[in-house]
Amino acid sequence: MSAEAILATRDLSRRFGGLMANTNVAIELRRGQVHAVLGPNGAGKTTLINLLSGDLRASSGTIRYKGRDITRYSPDRRSRIGIGRSYQKTNIFPGFTAFENCRLAAQSRTPRVLAILSDALGYEPVCAAARRALDAAGLAARAEQTASALSHGEQRQLEIAMVLATRPEVLLLDEPLAGMGAEEATRMVELLRKLAPDHAILLVEHDMDAVFAVADLITVMVNGQVLESGPPAQIRGSAAVRAAYLGDDEGST
Amino acid sequence: MDIYSFLIQLLNGLQYGLLLFLVASGLTLIFGIMGIINLAHGSFYMIGAYMAFTLSSLTGSLFVAVVLGIVLSVVLGIFLEWALFSHLYHRDHLEQVLLTYGLILVFEELRSLIVGNDVHGVNVPAILNWSLPLTDTLSYPVYRLFISAVCIVLAVLLYLLIKRTRLGMMIRAGASNREMVQALGLNINLVYRLVFALGVALAAFAGMIAAPVSSVYPGMGTGVLIICFVVVVIGGIGSIWGALVAALLIGLADTFGKVLLPEAAGVVVYLLMAAILLWRPEGLFRRV
Amino acid sequence: MTRNRTALAVVVAMLALFPFAGATFYTELVTKVMILAIFALSLDLLVGYTGLVSFGHAAYFGIGAYVLGLMAPKYEAASLWLTLPLAVVAAGVAALAVGVFVVRAKGIYFIMVTLAFAQMFYFVFHDTAFGRGSDGVSMNFKPAAEIAGTAIFDFANVTHTYYFVFALLVLVFVFLRLLLRSAFGRALQGIRSNEHRMRSLGFPVYFYKLASFTLAGALAGLAGYLSAMQFGYVSPELLSWHQSGNVLLMLILGGLGSLYGAVVGAFAFVALQEIFQSLTKHWQLLLGGTIVLLVIFLPGGLSSVAGRFRRSVVGEPEDDRG
Repeated sequence: MSAEAILATRDLSRRFGGLMANTNVAIELRRGQVHAVLGPNGAGKTTLINLLSGDLRASSGTIRYKGRDITRYSPDRRSRIGIGRSYQKTNIFPGFTAFENCRLAAQSRTPRVLAILSDALGYEPVCAAARRALDAAGLAARAEQTASALSHGEQRQLEIAMVLATRPEVLLLDEPLAGMGAEEATRMVELLRKLAPDHAILLVEHDMDAVFAVADLITVMVNGQVLESGPPAQIRGSAAVRAAYLGDDEGST
Repeated sequence: MDIYSFLIQLLNGLQYGLLLFLVASGLTLIFGIMGIINLAHGSFYMIGAYMAFTLSSLTGSLFVAVVLGIVLSVVLGIFLEWALFSHLYHRDHLEQVLLTYGLILVFEELRSLIVGNDVHGVNVPAILNWSLPLTDTLSYPVYRLFISAVCIVLAVLLYLLIKRTRLGMMIRAGASNREMVQALGLNINLVYRLVFALGVALAAFAGMIAAPVSSVYPGMGTGVLIICFVVVVIGGIGSIWGALVAALLIGLADTFGKVLLPEAAGVVVYLLMAAILLWRPEGLFRRV
Repeated sequence: MTRNRTALAVVVAMLALFPFAGATFYTELVTKVMILAIFALSLDLLVGYTGLVSFGHAAYFGIGAYVLGLMAPKYEAASLWLTLPLAVVAAGVAALAVGVFVVRAKGIYFIMVTLAFAQMFYFVFHDTAFGRGSDGVSMNFKPAAEIAGTAIFDFANVTHTYYFVFALLVLVFVFLRLLLRSAFGRALQGIRSNEHRMRSLGFPVYFYKLASFTLAGALAGLAGYLSAMQFGYVSPELLSWHQSGNVLLMLILGGLGSLYGAVVGAFAFVALQEIFQSLTKHWQLLLGGTIVLLVIFLPGGLSSVAGRFRRSVVGEPEDDRG
């Protein structure tokens, strides 16, 4: 487990007109660590993940990846250097099979643009990577199913499988448990536990049980700012955090 | 080019630009508010011009023709929205493009059937048919100044409508969230119908007042449409202010281009568009 | 799958044998349709598979045609081996140049700028001395296809021209078929399905789109060249927005989402055009009205009817996406 932060932000801010969605956020991700981000609605968690993945441009502040300043990098460039992201609102290729979804994701690592006359299905390294990703996410049995025909829970699994197929070092997971039933959630938590040692994971989640079960570090955000950051025990005992959640139901969206 | 020739071209360029703005504002309103790309928008300009021709021949007065024409174009707009465009709101761009392309064909052939394919002139109304002397030999037609003045007045009215009235508020709200506007109890269908009719009327009106200056000819609809597209692309979609700036820019570029580089004149406008796109891919102004 | 293959084989055989069955007029007509089919296929790559709706594709068709028109010498035949590749390259280069500007544009912006740039090219050929103006250019001779002094094809011969075009149509079709199954082709379809996710997965979407736009332009240039070859005449109207609109219409008539659709659409369009033209000189009114009615009254769009039509003619559409 490396002590060096693989992804670190400093004074990260994002404004929308007069609204500061994120103010001076400092967050660090380390390999082997699950860093969860909690906060009531409107706390700026989604903005933060968007800033890290490049879906949103920072208004000010820096993001460093392995020491490199990547603040101005486009989303695709960030993905190529090893930052993978999954989406809260399922963001798959609905018309393709689950397998093709992952194969396409894996293909991003070996684009082979010039091989225009050979069938991509015949290129084994990419296909194998896709099958491994589906396996890891527990979807091997549903590989040939059209993605739009999968159940909601299966689509969430596919969402993760696709990111895994890109073999990232950093995983930015936006509410992977969203809309899942109890059994599916347990499986997802197991998956996260399995992934933790080899990745640096940022987990934005509303499901408190899952978060406290799997997180090594928790950052609580309120109104776009970091309220408190520390190990689960510290956060659980924090009066400030409790006050921030007053009026908010525990574990619900 | 001496100062007076320059002044004349400048005024011509501004007048052309202001006319373009009128047409383009209709286009950008309809797209910005209702999300519909209307290739037939140029046809409304053409229809306006032909209406000016036929009605002024009938009534003997361009002013009467314009008033009648405005009424007719509003009716046309309401009819078209009710019959055709209301079906397009949730369709994808390709279907909108095709339907409105089909409409262009229909309008062009109907015009051919009803009034033929000849080029026509429309007389400038007598009271405006004089010129302001600039030098011993040069003077500037007052009618052209009238066109510019009318366009400026309309631009101001449009601005006031959008920014200061409840209808304008509904228009701006409708642009961002159709469902919410409906939930507020506002009749979104009525708003859309009125906005569409307004867009049609703006284009037709521009055609009507331009007729004495530009003549009335078959290709005028598509000609103005494509230039309007350039205006909207440069100015940024949904931005009335952007449409104004872009239209003036294009009016001036085209006018001076025709004088300074006659052979390349048709191309100048597109080169300008290319240059601006390179610099600002989303147009000069973002959405209002 | 087998039904599909059989239908395809039948259609190919019919096309291959057609010149022996039909009169010269019909052979020329089907040649014209096959050229339009190549044009439609080129746009299908862009619209149907990359999801980029271009309303200015006629520009590249016209540029391909004009390469032959402008290069054809007055007193002898131009060389096919020189002019055809040049036409394809010129059209491709033009598409690349325009693509650099327009490919970043989204949605309706893209439609508008492609139309605008096509109009720019139209004016180049319509207004400038270089383009020879609105009267167009007539060619006195068909291009010559000679090797060591012997003519391989004689394009004055209608049947030769027919088979040359037929061979190219088959070649383009097979090429696109293979391309769409390749990594590059699947990436294009991914872009059409969910561009945002493609970017998020690490694909440099801009370059893929630009490549698709360029390739589509080059293939359109090929079709344009063949058109100039067949008619012996080019005019700026080849680049008009009418032409751009018509080729889009072909795609919709045939149905997006399969390569057959482009070919079927070309046939359907010309058939409609011939029928309407035989009815009235105001045939564009009928065409326009038909388009309007088709878009309005088909729930789920035109591809549903086209799908039914296609299924009855060529069997189930093959899934090109694995």
